[in-house]
Amino acid sequence: MSVDFCGLRLAHPIINGSGTFDAIGARHAFGDALHSAFPFAAFVSKTITLAPRAGNPPPRLWEAQAGLINSIGLPNKGLERYMSEDLPELAQLPVPLITNVMGSTAEEIAELLRACDTRKEIAAVELNVSCPNVHTGLDIGADPAQLERVLRSVRPALRKPLIVKLTPNCADVAECARAAQEGGADAVSLINTLRAMALAPAGAHGRERSQSLAWLGGGTGGLSGAAVRPVALAQVAAVARRVSIPVVGMGGVQSAAHAHQFLAVGARLVAVGTESFRDPAVASRIASQLDDEGPPT
Amino acid sequence: MTVNNPTIPAGTDPSRPLAPFGRRLLTVTANKPLGAYRILHAADPDGPAPAAGQFAMLAAAERWGAGEDERPYLPRAFSYARWVAGEAQFLLEDVGPGTHRLCELREGDGLWVLGPLGRGFTAPKDARRALLVGGGVGIAPLAGWQDELGERATVLLGFRDRAHAAGAALLGDALVASDDGSVGRHGLVTDLLRAELDRDAHAGVYACGPPAMLEAVRALCAARAIPAQLALEAGMACGFGACFGCVVPKRDGGYLRICIDGPVVDAAQLDRIGEHAGSPA
Repeated sequence: MSVDFCGLRLAHPIINGSGTFDAIGARHAFGDALHSAFPFAAFVSKTITLAPRAGNPPPRLWEAQAGLINSIGLPNKGLERYMSEDLPELAQLPVPLITNVMGSTAEEIAELLRACDTRKEIAAVELNVSCPNVHTGLDIGADPAQLERVLRSVRPALRKPLIVKLTPNCADVAECARAAQEGGADAVSLINTLRAMALAPAGAHGRERSQSLAWLGGGTGGLSGAAVRPVALAQVAAVARRVSIPVVGMGGVQSAAHAHQFLAVGARLVAVGTESFRDPAVASRIASQLDDEGPPT
Repeated sequence: MTVNNPTIPAGTDPSRPLAPFGRRLLTVTANKPLGAYRILHAADPDGPAPAAGQFAMLAAAERWGAGEDERPYLPRAFSYARWVAGEAQFLLEDVGPGTHRLCELREGDGLWVLGPLGRGFTAPKDARRALLVGGGVGIAPLAGWQDELGERATVLLGFRDRAHAAGAALLGDALVASDDGSVGRHGLVTDLLRAELDRDAHAGVYACGPPAMLEAVRALCAARAIPAQLALEAGMACGFGACFGCVVPKRDGGYLRICIDGPVVDAAQLDRIGEHAGSPA
C-alpha cells in the first residue's frame, strides 16, 4: 500500500507524530532491531528550535481518562547540535526524514527552514505553529491571517516540501488549514495535543497551599491518546474538505480500523503517537493490517 | 528471530541486555502475597535475562484501558526483582489503578511486557563492600543485585510498619528499620546506613526507594565521598526514551531521562533529588 506524499514515495501511510518517538533514544533501548523492523514509513523528528531548550520542570506527565496529558516543553539540543550530532544518526534510518521545527518569529522560522534546505538528509520539513508569537502572545497557528502572513514570508527559504502542523486550540481549524495552503504549505498535519490541565491530588508530595493547584510543572499541558480520537477525526474531516493539499491525520490512533477512519475522511497519511508509548512496535502492525485488509467495505 | 540478540549501538554499555523491539505477551505463573506487597511471576522463556537494576513496562492483557475511569491506560514501569530460569518476578504494591489491576492478576492471565530496559547496577570498585539500601517497594531491584553480589553485599531495608516489613523476605539476611518501631530498629533506613558507614566507610552504596530516602542517601554519601548508585523512579509513559516525561535534574544543568540514562544513576550526576514522581500508579 505504497503512497505518494508531496513527491515522497512512502512504503505505507503510517508515520509517527512529532515528539512521540525518539529514534536515537529507542536505538539505545532496542539496538539494531529498531532499524530492521522500523515501524514508520517516514520519521518525523521532535521539534527543533534555534536555541537549545531544557524543557519544562517535572512533573511532566499525567494519565488522564484513556489519555495522557504532557507538559514536556519541547526539550531539544538546538538547531546547531541537531544538525551536527543527530542528523548523521537519523540519516541511517531506512525511511525518509521529516524534521519538525518551531520558531517564535518569521525570522527565526526562516532561519530554521534555510538550515534544513541545505541538508540532503532531510526530505521534508514540518513546521510546528503551536508557538506563541513573541509580540502578541497568540499561537502563530491559531490566527489564520497571521499564519498565512508568516508562511508567505518564510516559504521561499525552503525548496523542500513544507508540512504545517496545525494547532487544534483555535476557533476554526479548517480556516487555519486554508490559510496554511494559501501561505504556501504543501501539506497540513493535525491534530496537535489539546490544551488540558490536571490538578494535583490532595496532599500530593507535600505541596503547600500557596503553590499552584496544577499538577504539571508547566501548568497546563496537551491531551493525547484514545480520548482525543473523536475530536481529531472531526478536525481532520473538516480540514480535508477545505483544502486540496494532502492531510496527515492523527489523534488517538490505536489500530488499523482507526487508521482507516482517518483515511476515509480524507487523510493521505496517518500518524501514530501516544499508542507507541504503550507498544513501540504498534505502527508496524497497523501498517501490515492496512496492507492485508485494504479499506473496509 | 534476531531480536533477542540485537547488536549494541556505538556508545552504549556492551554488557547491557537490550529489549526485543515491541511488547510481548507473557503468562502469569503466580501472584503471591508478601505482607503488604505481592510478587508477580510471569513465564518469560525467550527473555532476554535482564541485568540487576533494569526494568520493564507492564500492562495487564485484559481490562487495561477500560472500566469506569478508563484507567489504567499507559503501561507501568517496574524494576525486575529477579529473573530466574525464564521467569520474571516483579514486586507490586497496590497504590493506584495500574498497580491495583496488576495485583488482581492470577495464574494463567496475560501480561504485556516491554523489557529489559535501561541501565542497571555496576559492581563496586577497589574491593569496596556493597551496601544495598532499600525503602518500601523500592527494595525490588536490590533482590537480583544481592543474588549477584552474594557475600559482598550487606542489605539495609526500611519500611513504614510490620505489614510492609514482611517484604524484607524478598531479600536474604537484611537489617531492617521501621518507621513505627514494630520491626527492627525504630527509625529510618538511613540511620542504619550511617551506622554502617561509621563502622567501615570503604563501601559502595546501591539504593532504591522513595525520593526523600534517596535524597538522604545521596546527601549522606556525598558528604563522605562514598560512591553511590541510585535506582530512580518517575511517572513514565513509554520506558524507551520517546516521551521525555521521566526526567530528573542534573547537577550540571538540564535533565536526565530516567528510562534510558537510568534508572540506575551515579549519585554524583544529581543535584538535590526533589519530589519528582509522576502520575499515581
